[in-house]
Amino acid sequence: MTTTAPAAADVRKDSPGAAARDPRRPGRIRRIGLPYLLLLPALFLELLVHLVPMVIGIVMSFKELTQFYIRDWGAAPWSGLRNYRMSVDFDAPVGEALLHSFLVTIAFTVLSVGLCWLIGTTAAVYMQETFRGRGLLRALFLVPYALPVYAAVITWVFMFQHDNGLVNHVLHDQLHLTDKPSFWLIGDNSFYALLTVSVWKGWPFAFLIVMAGLQNIPGELYEAAALDGAGRWQQIRRITLPSLRPVNQVLVLVLFLWTFNDFNTPYVLFGKTAPAAADLISVHIYQASFVTWNFGTGSAMSVLLLLFLLVVTGVYLVLTSRGRRTSDV
Amino acid sequence: MRSIRAAAVGAVTMSLALAASACGGGSSTGGGSDDSPKTLTYWASNQGASIAVDKKVLQPELDKFEKQTGVKVKLEVVPWSDLLNRILTATTSGQGPDVLNIGNTWSASLQATGALLPWNAENFAKIGGKDRFVDSALGSTGASDKDPAAVPLYSMAYALYYNKKMFAEAGISKPPTTWDELVADGRKLSKDGKWGLGAEGSNPSENIHHAFVFARQHGAEFFTADGKADFTNDGVVTAVKQYVDLMAKDKIIAPGNAEYAQNQSVSDFAKGKNAMLLWQSAAANLKSQGLSEDDYGIAPVPVQSGTPGTGDQINSMVAGINLAVFKNTHNTDGATKFVKFMTSDAEQKILNTAYTSIPPVKTAQEDPAFNSPANAVLKDTLAKSAAALPQVADESQFETAVGTAIKELFATAAAGRPVSADTVKSALQKAQQQMPAK
Repeated sequence: MTTTAPAAADVRKDSPGAAARDPRRPGRIRRIGLPYLLLLPALFLELLVHLVPMVIGIVMSFKELTQFYIRDWGAAPWSGLRNYRMSVDFDAPVGEALLHSFLVTIAFTVLSVGLCWLIGTTAAVYMQETFRGRGLLRALFLVPYALPVYAAVITWVFMFQHDNGLVNHVLHDQLHLTDKPSFWLIGDNSFYALLTVSVWKGWPFAFLIVMAGLQNIPGELYEAAALDGAGRWQQIRRITLPSLRPVNQVLVLVLFLWTFNDFNTPYVLFGKTAPAAADLISVHIYQASFVTWNFGTGSAMSVLLLLFLLVVTGVYLVLTSRGRRTSDV
Repeated sequence: MRSIRAAAVGAVTMSLALAASACGGGSSTGGGSDDSPKTLTYWASNQGASIAVDKKVLQPELDKFEKQTGVKVKLEVVPWSDLLNRILTATTSGQGPDVLNIGNTWSASLQATGALLPWNAENFAKIGGKDRFVDSALGSTGASDKDPAAVPLYSMAYALYYNKKMFAEAGISKPPTTWDELVADGRKLSKDGKWGLGAEGSNPSENIHHAFVFARQHGAEFFTADGKADFTNDGVVTAVKQYVDLMAKDKIIAPGNAEYAQNQSVSDFAKGKNAMLLWQSAAANLKSQGLSEDDYGIAPVPVQSGTPGTGDQINSMVAGINLAVFKNTHNTDGATKFVKFMTSDAEQKILNTAYTSIPPVKTAQEDPAFNSPANAVLKDTLAKSAAALPQVADESQFETAVGTAIKELFATAAAGRPVSADTVKSALQKAQQQMPAK
C-alpha cells in the first residue's frame, strides 16, 4: 500500500502530452504499463470475487446438474437451452410456479419500496426541525437497520406465532379486531407478515439517505419560500422533493434491488419452503436448486433473474437521467 | 525508479499469489487417500436435546478412540436444519468431513451422488461383517441393488406417547390401538384449551413419516415398482386425507400445530397441552423438558384394525441414523476404524442408552439395558411392524415435495377451510409435477 503514493506521482508526470513530446524515450512502455500493472491485483480480485462465480453460474445453467453429477460437475451432460425452456414454459408446472413467484415478488417489491421510501422520507423531513430528543429519536429509528438480520427476523417469527405471538395477542385478545387468532406464518397472511418485516427493516435506510440529502438543501431556499408565502406542504413539494431527486433516484434503485433479491427475510421467517402467498423469487430459486437438487434449473432461473434486473436497472437509469437532463435545461 | 520497480514487483507477486490461491481451492474430485492419518473430522447429527448435550455425550467416546488408535477426532454437531445442505455443499466442493451421520432416509439420494464410500464386502469385513447389523436397519442404507452407502448407527421407531394423568381424568383406561379409537379418545381429551394429539404441521419430514405409514396401511406406495413417482393414487390420497383430517375433520389437533416445525409439539406434550404424541424415541427429549418417565405411557402407533404386523399392518417407518464415510476423506483407514469403533458393542450400548434409541447391532441390542418397557415397544416395532421409506434416488425430493404439500394442507385446515379428497389430490398432483422427469 505504501508504494502507491510515489507511483501515482510518477504516473501523473507521464501524461499523454509528455509522452507525445518524446515518443522514443527509453522506458516508455514500462512507464505506460505501470498503471496497468498496478491494477492487476485489483483485476484479479474482481475476477475472483465477481466474475468467476457469475460465469460458473451461467455455465451451470446450460448443464443438467442433478444429484447424479454434483460430485463431478465436468461429467454433467450439456442440456442446451432445456433448463431455460423449462423455466419459461408457463403452461407447465415449473414455469407456472416461477411466474407466480415472480409476480408475488413484483407486488412485494413495489409495496415494500414504496412504503420504505414514504415512511423514511416523512420521518426525515420531520426530523429536520430541531427539538428536544431529536438525536435520541434519530438513533432509535436506525435500530432496525443496525440489528443483525437473523436476530431481528427471528424475533418477528416469535411475534407472529399463532398461539403465543404478540401480534395475535394485541390484534385479537386486546383489540378484538379479528374473530379468531390469525395465522401469519402460513397461508395467505404470510404476504403481509413478510411485507411488515421488510418495511420495518428497510425504511431506516431510506430515512438515513434522505436525511443526508436534506442537509445539502440550502436553508435560504426555505427562507425565500417562506417570504413568498409558501406553506409547509408547498415547501416540501416545490423545494424538498425536487432537491432530493438525485438522492431518490439512487435510493429507490438500491432499495428495489435489495428488496427484489432479499433472501434472508423470507428464509428466516418461513424456512426452506415459503407459503405460496409469500413465495419470493430468491427462495423459490433456492428451493428449485437446493431442495430438489437440480442446480442446473436453479442457475437458469438465476440467470433469467439477473437479465430481468439488468433490464429494469438500465431502463430506470435511462428514464430518470433523461428526465433530469431535460429539467436541468 | 526503485520505488516503481518495487511497486511493480509487489503488484505482480500479489497477482500471482491470488491466482495460485484461487487454483488451490479447486482440487476436489478423486477418491479417498491416507494423507493425514492422525486426524478425522466427524459431523454428528443432533440427537440429544441440544448440541451441547451431544458434545457432552460424544466427546468422552472420541477421547477413548484417540487413546486406542492415536487418531484425533474433530467433532462438529450439525443441526438437522443444516445437515443435508452441508452434505450437499461438501459433495459439490469435495471439501467435507471424513465421517458423518446421515438421516437413514437420505441414504439412496446421497448414494446416487457418489459422495459416500460404498460398503462392499471388503469394507464390511473391516468392521466385523454385515451380519452384525439388524436386517430392518440395513434395509435403509441405500438402493437394494447397490452396496450400502452407510452403516446403521442408531435405530428408532415411532410410538404413541400418552399422558397417563390426562387419560385417567378423561376416563380412558388404555391407549388406543386403532385410529378410530385414537380419534374417539382424542375427542374426549380435546377440551378446555387442551388437545388430543400433537403434530408438526410445518415440518415436511415429519409429515412424510406419518403419510408413509398411513399410505402403507391403505395398501398404497408413493413410488411404482420401477421407481416412478405415483403420489395421486387413491390409497395415497385417502392416507394423506386421513392424516390431515385429524386436524381438519376430527379436530383433535390444535390448529396452531399447523405452523410447528421446531419440535414444539414435544414441548406441548411435556407441558400437558397435548395428551398424545406420535414421535420417534422421545424419552431423552421428554426427560430434558422435565417430564418424568412415570408420567407418560408408551404404546405402538395405531393401525386401521387388528394388530401391528407386516404389510398393511405396519405402524412405523424404520427411523434412524446411519454412519457414512465421505469418499474424499484423507484418512480412509482411520475413518473405517472409527466406524468400527462406533458400531462396537460397547459404544453402541453407551450411545444408544444416552440417546434412548435402539442399537442396530444385534449383539448390543440383546443387552438388558434395552429391555425396559419403553424400549420393548420400540424394539418390537422395529422387529415386526416397521418398513423403510422408499430407497430411491429421488427420496429427498419426495420428502420435500410431498412434505410441503401436506404442510399447505395443514395450513388450509388450520384456516378453517375444508379439506376434501379433491383438495388433497390436487396438492399431491402439484407435488408430483415437481419431481424430476423420468
